[in-house]
Amino acid sequence: MISLLLILIPLLGGLITFVLKDAKTAKNFALAVSLVTLAVSVFSVSGAAASQLQYDAAWLPTFGSRFTLQLDGMGKMLTLLTAISFPVVFIATYNNEYKNAHQFFALMLLTQTGLTGVFAAADVLLFYFFWELALIPVYFLASIWGGEKRIQVTFKFFVYTFLGSLLMLAGIVYMYYHNPEQSFALSSFYKIQLTGAKSGLVFWLFFIAFAIKMPVFPFHTWQPDAYEQSPTAVTMILSGVMVKMGVFAVIRWLIPVFPQNAAHFSNIIIILSVTGMLYASFIAIKQDDLKRLIAYSSIAHIGLMCAAIFANNTTGLNGVMIQMFNHGINVIGLWIVANAIEQQLGTRKISALGGLAQKAPTLAILLVVLAFANIALPLTNAFIGEFLMFNGLFTYNVWAAAIAGVSIILGAVYTLNMVQKVFYGNTNTVTENAVEISGNVKWILIVLVLLIIILGVYPQPVFNLTGDTIKTIFNK
Amino acid sequence: MNSIIVSALMGMVMMFSGIVTNSKQSIKNIAIAAMAVLLVAHLADANDIFKININVHGMLNFNRFGMYFTTLVIGATLLYTIISGDEVVKVGANSADYFALIFFVLTGVSILASYNNLLMLFLGIEILTIPLFVLTGSDKKNLKSNEASLKYFLMGSFSTGIMLMGIALYYGASGNFNIDVNRVANEPVNSGILIPLGLLLMFIALAFKVSAAPFHFWTPDVYDGAPTVFTSFMATIVKAAGFIAFIRLFESRSADMGVSWTILMPVIIIATLLVGNVTAVFQQSVKRMLAYSSIAQAGFMLFALVGLNDVAKEGLLLYTVAYSIATIGIFSILLKMKDYTFEGYNGLAKTQPLLAFANTVFLLSLAGIPLTAGFFAKYYVLAAALKQDTSILWLVIVALVFAAISAYYYFKVIQAMYFKDGEAAVSEIKPSFKLTLLLLAAIIIIVGIFPTVVFNWFYF
Repeated sequence: MISLLLILIPLLGGLITFVLKDAKTAKNFALAVSLVTLAVSVFSVSGAAASQLQYDAAWLPTFGSRFTLQLDGMGKMLTLLTAISFPVVFIATYNNEYKNAHQFFALMLLTQTGLTGVFAAADVLLFYFFWELALIPVYFLASIWGGEKRIQVTFKFFVYTFLGSLLMLAGIVYMYYHNPEQSFALSSFYKIQLTGAKSGLVFWLFFIAFAIKMPVFPFHTWQPDAYEQSPTAVTMILSGVMVKMGVFAVIRWLIPVFPQNAAHFSNIIIILSVTGMLYASFIAIKQDDLKRLIAYSSIAHIGLMCAAIFANNTTGLNGVMIQMFNHGINVIGLWIVANAIEQQLGTRKISALGGLAQKAPTLAILLVVLAFANIALPLTNAFIGEFLMFNGLFTYNVWAAAIAGVSIILGAVYTLNMVQKVFYGNTNTVTENAVEISGNVKWILIVLVLLIIILGVYPQPVFNLTGDTIKTIFNK
Repeated sequence: MNSIIVSALMGMVMMFSGIVTNSKQSIKNIAIAAMAVLLVAHLADANDIFKININVHGMLNFNRFGMYFTTLVIGATLLYTIISGDEVVKVGANSADYFALIFFVLTGVSILASYNNLLMLFLGIEILTIPLFVLTGSDKKNLKSNEASLKYFLMGSFSTGIMLMGIALYYGASGNFNIDVNRVANEPVNSGILIPLGLLLMFIALAFKVSAAPFHFWTPDVYDGAPTVFTSFMATIVKAAGFIAFIRLFESRSADMGVSWTILMPVIIIATLLVGNVTAVFQQSVKRMLAYSSIAQAGFMLFALVGLNDVAKEGLLLYTVAYSIATIGIFSILLKMKDYTFEGYNGLAKTQPLLAFANTVFLLSLAGIPLTAGFFAKYYVLAAALKQDTSILWLVIVALVFAAISAYYYFKVIQAMYFKDGEAAVSEIKPSFKLTLLLLAAIIIIVGIFPTVVFNWFYF
């Protein structure tokens, strides 16, 4: 029932927001809805019994598909991440003005519905349903409220992911007809033993869909443009939560269903991921736009997660679990800073900025912590995740870990370079009149920074939470 | 049997109503009432409440599937009459006759949904197409309409000739017009080349009717030239009828074609998807884009013929509902537009938010996005093919790549409506029109969430 609530609250909230004509009311209502969802989600993680986290209802009886929701450790963690992200985004961008604001917030809440559904679905057809459903509102959000080139860029993003999901659909139907139980249920899907050359093809049908979403090199080309052109609130959701759909789907729907193929193709996938990490890091160094820099840095981080999953050991997977959560927190923090700068100074060009630390010292301190988290220094939350992932990759292949390790150095180069150019040095004509960030942004950043430090010092709760998922995968 | 007789009767009623009254409004209302009567009469038949019984000596066979298909078609035509009736009467002076012709088309559809004999197939096809030739040319002063009508007539008679040749060959080999001959023994008729050849010729003629490539060349010109309101009817209900004729014939007879069937289907499907989707991408006019999109959609419906199992039949029913309702809706909005190009839709979301929303639902359905009926329609026909033979996976993948391409031209309309600035010019919109449009959109979404509601009635 709790899992159903997590989907229903944003869904109904979103539909109601559509009819609230007043911008201010819509904004506050959406914020309230997202806070209620967060409360339910916190309860699901802390106190709910396992039976409360399941929901099962008939959906397509003649067809072997049921409306089954189920939250295991990974599901709980990611729905929590989703539930945290939305109020954070709403508060951090509270002062942004949108035309037709009620539609904007309604679509945001519908996006949340889709995302939560993806993380909670325990029936592959239902999963597919939510997977697509999360895409449609984002398409409209980015196309209506985005930047100058929004229409082409968002459409590229849409077609890319749509093509990927259609390939996955072919795979799903194929699997269904090889399932002796004639069912789409997760548990029954795990029992299918697909063999022969076709199983490799079906594996790739699924993987390409997920790889586009993550994105893994060479399927990443939609991502920097889409992040740059989307309104920042949407970019936060895209990079903070939506890319986790891809990582999540690989862990939930790919590795346990195709263990042999995953092992067989792990070389290719790890080579692609590591190539992508280096490639994205090098490009990030050359970026002059704050948003594009964060976008490429995000590709590098995701590449490491993908490589660690296919290293196929418990250590690496533990790292991926905690990093999924932490990357969401960190990247949203970075976007908030980028948004605060853009809203105030009207530019995102790193070369045009400078000396902000003198004008906005609090923002500078908070950003430095976020930057440290982005390069995974110890005491920040990202350290433990990256350490475990590299450890896992090292066990798999020393060279892969060594080459991937270069990206840490490159990460430090572009992140610190950005901090230095934007916040230190002398002020110029653009930054002369800059003032300290507004209260809501400050407080939300402080909350995120506290989370970063707490989870950096004491990550055990996340391991406890996701332990059962890892056990299921490796006991299979 | 009720639907065949009542639709013919109602056709005559409509013809005479033109003598009684000249008011276009009342003619439209009579047509809606007559259509409702037809639906009720047919439902009475389907539920065994009241049946007209005529001994047809096994030439017609009213099975559940055919009956249900006819119900859906009559229901869709009723919605079509309600939403586009005002436009039908505007086409020309003889408004009552147009409705009469639509009823005669339904007579043809009812025969095609129940034929068991090749003569009946021929009769059904002719009763279906001859009124369409007239409807296509009904805008008498318009040169394009005349050209389309002539073209359609010439191509149509040509394909009918091919069909007759096929029927003759089949008869010559088997000595029987019935399509279920030998079905009891469940083995193919062994008579050399004649039966496969005859079936192939019939296949070509039917492929022409559903505009499958490479027999599609008439479609864009005829759809573009015909008055838009009749294009909407032809592209939906008539096309679905072609598929029911297809599935009835080849459900029992595809085995006779042997290996050539398994080669023929993929070739036709890929050609149809390729021509439809790729050409639609380059269209400037929404009406012409819809003509090519209807070819592309036919490519997906052909998957039901690859399957030829229960899932395929369900898929065809679902496809008929999803595709017909969405296309009728899109055309009814197109009819209100002053400018048929993509630019004509610029900024529609600001001037007419409700129209834009409904249009988006229909377009998403055609593109096959979940939460709309179009998704499950595509899903079922593709699943049917895979159920029959999972080695056909490659063909399914090809089709899905084309589905992704189709998103391009459907979304072009959405982009124009929502993301581009402009003042889309529309003619006057009545509240009743908006209400019907919302009803259509609601059907699309409900079927998109619970596709089984469509079959629950089928199996009840």
